[in-house]
Amino acid sequence: MDITDIIKPENKVYGKSRLLLDKVMHFCPGCSHGTIHKIIAETIDELDIQEQVIGISPVGCAVLAYDYIDIDWQEAAHGRAPALATAIKRLYPDKYVFTYQGDGDLASIGTGEIIHTCNRGDNVTIIFVNNAIYGMTGGQMAPTTLEGMKTATTPKGRSYISSGFPMKITEMLAILPGVVYATRQSVDTPAAERKAKKAVIKAFKCQKLKKGTSFIEFVSTCSSGWKMTPTEANTWMRENMFPVFPPGDVKDETGF
Amino acid sequence: MAVRGAIEVETELCKGCGVCVVSCPSETIAMSKQVNGKGYNYMYMAHPEKCTGCVNCAVVCPDTVITVYRVKI
Ligand SMILES: Cc1ncc(C[n+]2csc(CCOP(=O)(O)OP(=O)(O)O)c2C)c(N)n1
Ligand code: SF4
Ligand code: SF4
Ligand code: SF4
Ligand SMILES: [Mg+2]
Repeated sequence: MDITDIIKPENKVYGKSRLLLDKVMHFCPGCSHGTIHKIIAETIDELDIQEQVIGISPVGCAVLAYDYIDIDWQEAAHGRAPALATAIKRLYPDKYVFTYQGDGDLASIGTGEIIHTCNRGDNVTIIFVNNAIYGMTGGQMAPTTLEGMKTATTPKGRSYISSGFPMKITEMLAILPGVVYATRQSVDTPAAERKAKKAVIKAFKCQKLKKGTSFIEFVSTCSSGWKMTPTEANTWMRENMFPVFPPGDVKDETGF
Repeated sequence: MAVRGAIEVETELCKGCGVCVVSCPSETIAMSKQVNGKGYNYMYMAHPEKCTGCVNCAVVCPDTVITVYRVKI
């Protein structure tokens, strides 16, 4: 059988989601942000809620998320996305509201905002992309940087003596009663990607049923900041990030 | 029932990251020696006859430049 007999519209089983705009993403080759954007677009399309979703993009490499996914967006000041999410959700309680934030954005400058949004149990979804580094600004240490990990600001490797320990944000937030669902996912393999998509669907369902805050951490790579090839970065992530940030549900009180 | 698959790659938009290649269970795809207009080695079907249309390569592609087709034979 010739491949031209297979490549026909009626045989198509996977293609670009109609919610992903034509603009080419500016992310570095292999960057987890691209795959996570895709999961979000596909989920919103499958749930058929395009008109009802409002995303809040961060300061960080994902700042231009509004150029890539065809939904309504607001852009927040650095770390303040959860506060905007609270405000938008109160004005539009029937919309699906999510933030999309890096670890510098959420776990460093925005630590206060995220804790209070989660503590109020605001009925929003938080997408937390933890690549253990400030990607956008050239690879500085983040609160999530692993012990011993070399970054632009920890050339000899992060030391807990001067800089503390990698911050386990998802576990910290999971103890708050307002958080109904807290999970850690990744997008490094097809199986992980499919599981992560189910987590996003579940998070949006939490909003529909007005359950409280849903929080999804994506353990991610930043091959440029880590100075590796994209496939090396995925392997390094599994070997070094997963022991500290293990994938799986941290809390699930959704009841579904 | 056997299946055959095939993929289409938007070669000019491929960033050459290679995460698709390591996700293909049938070793259908590889990185080209040539580069595209952006200077990236792009992914192509090195062994088209091996593709089962499992969509693995396409779901992990961060830039969503792969379309997958499958037929039952
Ligand atoms: C108020 C303010 N402080 C600092 C910066 C500089 N800055 C831009 S992005 C960033 C960190 C981004 O890291 P992260 O949130 O982890 O996102 P990534 O790029 O890794 O996805 C910083 C410190 C800024 N833009 N605004
Ligand atoms: S710097 Fe890192 S996080 Fe930013 S686009 Fe490049 S790989 Fe992705
Ligand atoms: S569809 Fe599956 S078998 Fe075909 S190239 Fe992609 S990963 Fe390989
Ligand atoms: S995953 Fe996508 S961008 Fe990366 S090499 Fe494969 S086709 Fe190209
Ligand atoms: Mg980061």
